[in-house]
Amino acid sequence: MKVIIVAGTPGAGKTAVLLHTLKVLADEKRNVSAVKVDCLYTEDHLRFQNIGIPTLMGLSRDMCPDHYTIYNLGEMIDFANRNQSETLVVETAGLCHRCAPYTENCLGVCVIDATTGPNTPLKVGPFLSTANVVVITKGDVISQAEREIFRERILEMNPNCRIIEANGLTGKGAMELASCFDEANSFAHEQEKLRHNAPFSICTLCVGEMRIHQQHHRGVLRHINGLQEYVGE
Amino acid sequence: MIQSISILAGRNKTGKTEKFERLDIHCGEIIGIVGPTGSGKSALIEDIEQLAQRDTTTNRQILLNGRIPDPDLRYDPKKKLIAQLSQNMNFLADMSVEEFLKLHAKCRGKNPNLVDQVIEAANALTGEPIRKDMNLTILSGGQSRSLMVADVAFISDSPIVLIDEIENAGIKKHEALKLLSGNGKIILVVTHDPILALMTKRRIIMKTGGVEKVIATTEKEMELSVHLTRIDQELLQIREKVRHGQEITSSFFNAETLSPEFAE
Repeated sequence: MKVIIVAGTPGAGKTAVLLHTLKVLADEKRNVSAVKVDCLYTEDHLRFQNIGIPTLMGLSRDMCPDHYTIYNLGEMIDFANRNQSETLVVETAGLCHRCAPYTENCLGVCVIDATTGPNTPLKVGPFLSTANVVVITKGDVISQAEREIFRERILEMNPNCRIIEANGLTGKGAMELASCFDEANSFAHEQEKLRHNAPFSICTLCVGEMRIHQQHHRGVLRHINGLQEYVGE
Repeated sequence: MIQSISILAGRNKTGKTEKFERLDIHCGEIIGIVGPTGSGKSALIEDIEQLAQRDTTTNRQILLNGRIPDPDLRYDPKKKLIAQLSQNMNFLADMSVEEFLKLHAKCRGKNPNLVDQVIEAANALTGEPIRKDMNLTILSGGQSRSLMVADVAFISDSPIVLIDEIENAGIKKHEALKLLSGNGKIILVVTHDPILALMTKRRIIMKTGGVEKVIATTEKEMELSVHLTRIDQELLQIREKVRHGQEITSSFFNAETLSPEFAE
């Protein structure tokens, strides 16, 4: 199984870019499953389903959305397995500049909005600096010079990433992104670790747990089926 | 050296193959791109800017000197052979004019001392002067557009120049076009302005996302273009007078009131 984890700030265009990319994969008759994670509300999973992609929706509610995504990866993979998919695309809620939801063997895709200005790549942290692919959106709204500066700033933060200039309205960049999905390593859920630690706070991930399997987690945990439980003393 | 750029046909918005096979554009040529809004003019410009290799929604392929270009040329701004003036009227980057131009010069591997030259050239195209300590975001539409033109001319200075609607924002379009089109460059200009369109050697007609046909400018059109340019110059002079608070006494119905250049 190849797992693609897509992160980025809200409104950057993750869903629009993914819709075009999933369409490319659907046209190639590739068997792909998708998961859309959001915090409180989303209808985006219906848009993925409308183009024929089996899509699971998850709302993190009271749990940190990136932790929720990581915690539920196993169940998401089960979903993709049930659909006989070879590729699973997970769109995260994408809120915090401090977290990066990528694991070692996923393909980490960061979607970043070029209109947020050339200092944004310096601010956003690990979800940009540890990504494999950085997708720049809304570049058509700024000048070529600003685009080039933005690109340079991304490479300062992440010199080895592949940069794709995309447009969520026209579908520009979708074919290129779709072709990157094949480059993902094979995902080993049991051994899989995060690339970057999450912020230190009070949950198991917050205190530095890097192992992703459910057996290692404590605290208030929410399952993808909506069941919430407390695990611990 | 860039001798030519070739556009190989892709598909229009309805999925039909475009009505041409291959269009070769040679150095020194100025080509117009015309068509209603939504007809695919900007998408064609974008295909060229990113040297599309049948990997964009239009399925077009772009060749340089008749060959598939090296992938580095597509992405590395230091090697880029294409400069683009897009439709945007404003900068969004929150930094000073000087900082911005220096950063861009660095991206393009150019001398950072170009800054003064760029600002001087920009100020020749617009009204209120731009200063290097100004923040980009406070520049007016005309100032931004002029700075973009000068930036493309000096910092992005490339053998292929793509221009999307230079007539926007009330800058001096003829001077701007002259600044952008250096010797031997290939220029593609998207325009709704008949004067600019007729000044080109050939023009690409766009319809529903595809190239409909390519027309060579006729002798008659070239003559008309000269005439139209004269009318346009007269309009510009009147515009400048209005801008500077002068009373307008000229009238197109009374030839004596027009400038001597117009009467020629």
